[in-house]
Order: sequence, then structure tokens, then C-alpha cells
Amino acid sequence: MSRTLDRGLTLHLPLLLYVVFTLLPFYSMLMLAFHAGGQVTATFHYLPIPFSLQHFRTLFDEDSFLPYLRNSIVVAVATVIVDIPIAVLTGYALSRFQFRGKTTFMLALLTTQFVPASMLIIPIFIVFKDLDLLDSLLGLVLINATFELPFAAILMRGFVSAIPFELEEASMVDGCTRFQGVLRVALPLLRPGVVAVAAFGFVGAWNNFLFALFLISDQNLYTVPVGLSYFLGEFNVDYAALAAGGVVAVVPVVCVFALIQRYLVGGLAGAVKG
Amino acid sequence: MPAVGRPALMAGSERAGGARRRRRRAWWVPYACLAPAAALLLIFVLYPVLSVFWYSLQSYNPTKPYLNAFVGLGNFQQILTQDPLFRQSLWISVKWVVCEVVLQFCLGMGLALILNSTFRLRGLARAVVFSPWAVSGVAVTAMWTLMYNPFGGMFDTILKSTGLARTPVQWLADTHLVFGAAVTAELWRGVPFFAILLLAALQAIPEELYEAARVDGASRVRAFVRITFPLLRDAIVLATLLRAVWEFNNVDVLYTMTDGGPANLTTTLPLYIANQAIQYHNFGYGSALTVVGFLILLCFAIVYLRLSRFGQEI
Repeated sequence: MSRTLDRGLTLHLPLLLYVVFTLLPFYSMLMLAFHAGGQVTATFHYLPIPFSLQHFRTLFDEDSFLPYLRNSIVVAVATVIVDIPIAVLTGYALSRFQFRGKTTFMLALLTTQFVPASMLIIPIFIVFKDLDLLDSLLGLVLINATFELPFAAILMRGFVSAIPFELEEASMVDGCTRFQGVLRVALPLLRPGVVAVAAFGFVGAWNNFLFALFLISDQNLYTVPVGLSYFLGEFNVDYAALAAGGVVAVVPVVCVFALIQRYLVGGLAGAVKG
Repeated sequence: MPAVGRPALMAGSERAGGARRRRRRAWWVPYACLAPAAALLLIFVLYPVLSVFWYSLQSYNPTKPYLNAFVGLGNFQQILTQDPLFRQSLWISVKWVVCEVVLQFCLGMGLALILNSTFRLRGLARAVVFSPWAVSGVAVTAMWTLMYNPFGGMFDTILKSTGLARTPVQWLADTHLVFGAAVTAELWRGVPFFAILLLAALQAIPEELYEAARVDGASRVRAFVRITFPLLRDAIVLATLLRAVWEFNNVDVLYTMTDGGPANLTTTLPLYIANQAIQYHNFGYGSALTVVGFLILLCFAIVYLRLSRFGQEI
């Protein structure tokens, strides 16, 4: 009896409270987004009754949110496509080769985790102006890819190290070149790692706000976070449409999160520790 | 039979020898593998970091090219002697970082300990508790602004229906409440980071240590103080340092939720820099502020690692 009480007080109760704290913001947003009323008043509802999708219609028809969504998808997917081959190459080199400057490079990768992106917007803006990358989704992809890369590479190094080198050696003895060995033996085994790294990169690029805000001024190129931030800045906020926009911003990352959450504990910790 | 076997064997050894030769000759292969990553980092991280020092010595405003000039340490002189907003924003940054890191650490530690024990639906509980980690700063603002809305937001509805408040509470406009309101929203997103890192570190501690402590009659609190905490020290130091730097630079939530207001009460140093850049185009002055911020962070990191005896034997 006292053991049950003890577990209840030290485990179940605090956990339950924290789960409620975590879910409340999601809950209040979903109720507002799917409830028929509430454009102006934004009254909180316990249940989405009467149910309606009209706020999403408002969002996409009147507030032209669709291009933002398209831009966000393009940027996030392209960031992943740019990052994956580079991360695989970097991770492979750091895991399999011994060479001069390796420790320095590892250290540089770790140091970037301490480099504040938000404080670098001024010089990055100037570099972008010189390279004619302002107001282009390509520029946004490159800067996101750069800032997601160190973490992706460190993570990938761990995944490569987990594959026994003997497998590649065996393929080379059987007549493969080293490149073929990597392509036919290591890469298929690396697939879960690639999925995890891709998912981390996607979440990072999808959520990025400051670069998109600062480096893009053409409204047709806004991403979801920037579009959402202009909603928030409006004097008469349409709270229900804001909630719908929030749902659009959160749903993709929550799906991706479900995919990678089992890598979080090992992956994130491993990358931070190096 | 041997006649068939021999050429195959020879071919094999020849190939193996070839591979060895290739490997010896190909010293440049690892460098070629690192080249794309190095190129991106050089152009978009190292060059900007270095150039910010150069720009900090300039008066540089792209909208007023006639004022652009080399001003030496003039920007720094202005920051340190004539800029009350710099001092105020630095103080708010310190308050913001201390509140966030301490609260996130305490809650994250508690959660990690809970999630490390065995119970039913543990996987689901972990997934739910970690989920805010994936939510963007702007979406955090959207969610919490909806809840803070003084006219019918969730808090307002609950306060009214329980009779705790008769007039609407202006969470984000009241000078006494705004800082705490912003801290809470960011806390919601930040706790999972600590919970994840500390849980990983907890899983590395062998169970036998706790069993031995139990045999010796140590209480749970004592086991935590004597075993868990010392073994987690490096993970804690690294996580808190990383988070302190991250929270120092975090602008997403504050920029969208309060935009530094009311009365600059939530203007942190990076937000001040961002506003200098975005609103006033003072790139030179903003760069000088950035350099000052860098130096403060660097000093903090060195002192923190020294004081915490990071990486030393226990």
C-alpha cells in the first residue's frame, strides 16, 4: 500500500501533471482551429462543436497561406537533399579514415554548435548580398543546410561507426572498388541513419524563422513561420485563422517527430558529446 | 581443377594488391570527402564570424551610404558609455538565461528520473513529453498567444469560470507579468532538451551501483546525491552550457511574442541587435554589439568550464 502511494506521488502524479502541461497548448490550438466560431473573439472551447474547417479555408483562400506552405516544403526538402550526401561523406571520412587535421575538423564541427546563428544575421546578410542570394529560396536552402550540417555530420559519423568495416573489406576482397563497397554494402545498412539525419534536418529547416525573416523580403517567398509571424503582428488578429496556421506549422514536424523520437535519446546525446 | 583455380586466385591477390596501392596513393580521399562541408562552413559560418569583427569598426548602413566610414573603436565607445539600452538588454539577457536554464534543468532532471524508471506506457509518455522539442519558436508563440489572449483565451476562461479573476489579465501587456509569461512559453519548449540529454546520461549509469547502495542501506535521496549527480556532472555541465548559449541567442519566441516590449522589458541583447539590423539598418553598430556579445559568451563559457571542473576525474 505504501509502495503504491509512494509510486503515485513520486512518479505517476508529477508525470501526469507534466503531460497535461505539455498537451494544453496543443489542445487549446486544436479546439480553436476546428471550432466553427471565434474569428474575432477567439473564445476557448473545451470541444470543437460545432466542428468546421472554415478557418483553414480562410487561411488558404483569403490569407494566401498556400504559397508559404509550398515554400516551406521546398526549402525543408531541398535542405535535406543537399545535406544528406554531404553529411554521409563527412561522417564516412571522420569514421573510416585517419588523416591529418581530423581532430581539428571534429573540434570545428563541435564549435559550430556554440556559434550563435541569430547573432550572425548581419554578416550573413552582407555575404548573401554579395553573392546575390537575397530573396531566393536557394539561398535559404544553402544557409539552412550549413547550419544543420554539423549536427547531421556528427550524427552520421556515429551511424557509420556502428557498421563493421569488415563488411566493406570483404566486398573489396571480392573485387569491388572502395567506392562500390560503400555504395553496395555500407549505404544500404546506413538507411536508418540517413532517415534519422534527414528527419532532424527537416525539422530544423522547417522551423527556421530568423534566416527566412531576414534574408527574404518578397512576400511570395515567405515560409510558414514568417507568414505566421505576420499574423501575430497584425493589430486585429484573426485568432481562429492563427490557430489554423499554427496547426499547419506543427503537423508536419509532429509527424516527423514520431518517426525520429526513438533516435532522440541516443542521437542527440551522442552528437552533443561527440 | 587447380588450373582453373590458380588464375582466379592470382586475380584475387592482384586485386587485393591493387586496392592496397590505391589506398596508399589516395591520401587526398578523406579531404575530398570533407571538402563540400568545409566549403559551406567556410563561406557561411567562418567568414561571417570573422567579418563581423571588421564591420564592428565601421559605420555601415546600407540605406545611408554617405555615412559609411571607418570609425575605429567608436562603436564600442558608444556601446559602453552612451547606450543605456545595451546595459538594460544585457541585464534582461542574463535574467532570461538564468531563469530558463535553471527552470529547464530542474524540470528536465525530474522528468529524466521519472522516464528512466519502468512503468506502463513509458514509450508513449516519453513521446508526449519530448514533443515540444520539435515545435518552432513562432508556433510556440502562436499557441501561447492564443492561451494568453485576455478576452476568451484558455487562461482567461479558466480564471473567470473559477472566479479567481474578474477583470481580464493582460499577460503580455502587463509590465509585471510579461517576462514570466514569455519565460513559461519558452520553458515549455526547452524542457525536453534537458530531459532527453539527461535521460541518455542516466541510462549509461550501471544499475549495480544503485543495488550496492541499497544493500548498504542508503536512501534514494542519498543515492542521487552520491551516485547519480557525480556521474552526470559532465553531461549536466555540457547541457547547461549549450543551453545557456542557445537561450542567450534565442530570439524567435521573444521577437514574435512581445517584440521586446512592453517598454523594452523583454528586449534581450540579440533582439536589440536584430532590431538594430532589421529596423534601423545599423549594420556597423549591430556588428559591434555582436562582438561584445561574443566576448561575453566566450568569457562565460571559459569561466563556467573552469568552475565546474569539466572533464576532470571526480
